Amino acid sequence: MEKHCTDSRVKGVSTGTTILAAIFDGGVVIGSDSRASMGGEYVSSKTINKVIQVHDRIFCCMAGSLADAQAVIKSAKFHLSFHSVQMESPPQVIAAASVLKDLCYKNKDELQAGFLTAGWDKKNGPQVYVVSLGGMLISQQVTIGGSGSTYIYGYVDAKYKPNMTKEECLQFATNALALAMGRDNVSGGVAHLVVITEKGVEHVVVPGDKLPKFHDE
Amino acid sequence: MALANVFETPAPGFNFDNAGRNAALNGLFDGGKTPKPMKTGTTIAGVVFKDGVVLGADTRATSGEVVADKMCAKIHYISPNIYCCGAGTAADTEKTTDLLSSNLTIYSLNSGRNPRVVMAVNILQDMLYRYHGQIGANLILGGVDCTGNHLYTVEPYGSVNKVPYLSMGSGDLAALGILEDGFKPDLELEPAKELVRAAIQAGIMNDLGSGNNIDICVITKQGVDYIRPYRESQFKDKRKTKYKYPPGATPILTEKVVPLKLDVVQETVQKMETA
Repeated sequence: MEKHCTDSRVKGVSTGTTILAAIFDGGVVIGSDSRASMGGEYVSSKTINKVIQVHDRIFCCMAGSLADAQAVIKSAKFHLSFHSVQMESPPQVIAAASVLKDLCYKNKDELQAGFLTAGWDKKNGPQVYVVSLGGMLISQQVTIGGSGSTYIYGYVDAKYKPNMTKEECLQFATNALALAMGRDNVSGGVAHLVVITEKGVEHVVVPGDKLPKFHDE
Repeated sequence: MALANVFETPAPGFNFDNAGRNAALNGLFDGGKTPKPMKTGTTIAGVVFKDGVVLGADTRATSGEVVADKMCAKIHYISPNIYCCGAGTAADTEKTTDLLSSNLTIYSLNSGRNPRVVMAVNILQDMLYRYHGQIGANLILGGVDCTGNHLYTVEPYGSVNKVPYLSMGSGDLAALGILEDGFKPDLELEPAKELVRAAIQAGIMNDLGSGNNIDICVITKQGVDYIRPYRESQFKDKRKTKYKYPPGATPILTEKVVPLKLDVVQETVQKMETA
């Protein structure tokens, strides 16, 4: 009981996690679980929010050290806000991803945080970007991240289809998160999902007991 | 240069200077043991109820195996509507909350507004993150402002979480059990106070680093009720004798007076300008 709270030299709370983002016809779904753990054995929060809004139509999911990720996102929010005031228009999704990439790459020695950025902008429509631990930035149609993602690569590869409807994509995302949470001990809690389209932003929260159940549960 | 009524953000980017300083300091001890800071084994808890926030803490401060302070105050004042419980390294929690309190006072004098809880949390997060976990302060911030009743936790590395109920410190797991069982949204005042008291009591009973009395702080829109102590320890001892001696208890046998001879060496006169 002593070890998890008195030693602040331990890297601190980390989001062993499952995060995902997927493009559908007309928008994008981004989602995560809600567990924050310390050392893989103590759940320090069952309801942490890992899907953060960085601008009106741009959301980010964080993975890695919670403190590092929150600090980077704070800085990114400020930079994006400033950028959009200067440009007098909403930022593009790639701008948000680039800001995160810059922070992760320039401070790669000290930081331990990775992100998924998803959003909608007028020029390129719905987009998903991955910023990895060392600061790599790539664009993908569907992407998963975090420790729980290893258990659902097969599911995502088999089940994702481009140009799904919103409902199909939401079901796909919920299933994927539920499967990962079922196998990864550091992912769990509720499934937070956000649907971003040209019209606006919709939050969907699926509590643990309403998650889809599979054959062995 | 920001205006005085906007809290000044520190220089952009991350500052890891102190990490290098710490590595260098470690080298000075030649592989021997670096001095350990005093930690207050502690149980602190907070609960959001219908009309505000209740914060609770035990009052024991330990220095190794000895109880250094039996009536230590762990609920710190931040602003008239925000209080903060601190666990971890005693000096860190004291100084961090003092610094935060002074800065927020200056800010609210300049801007004419009462600080919001989320502002205090952001400042703490920035400060703790900047020091990369070297400041060992686990804090529970609770307060009531124009946007509602809030309870936040800030951890040493700078991660923040907004929660309806929470406990921290070495007795946190014992207290958390009570909170998980008894918490309901929109509790009334008396059940909320009783829940926090029971949580701290569990921490005191099951953790060696927590003990003595229980302090409670109730924050509502109407004001703050800082009840110290809310419950006294049932195991208070009655001292059989006192260690204070009345004047004249020690008889004087002899007395010798030696006057000191002092000469004036130099005299300067400075007229005060009172025009």
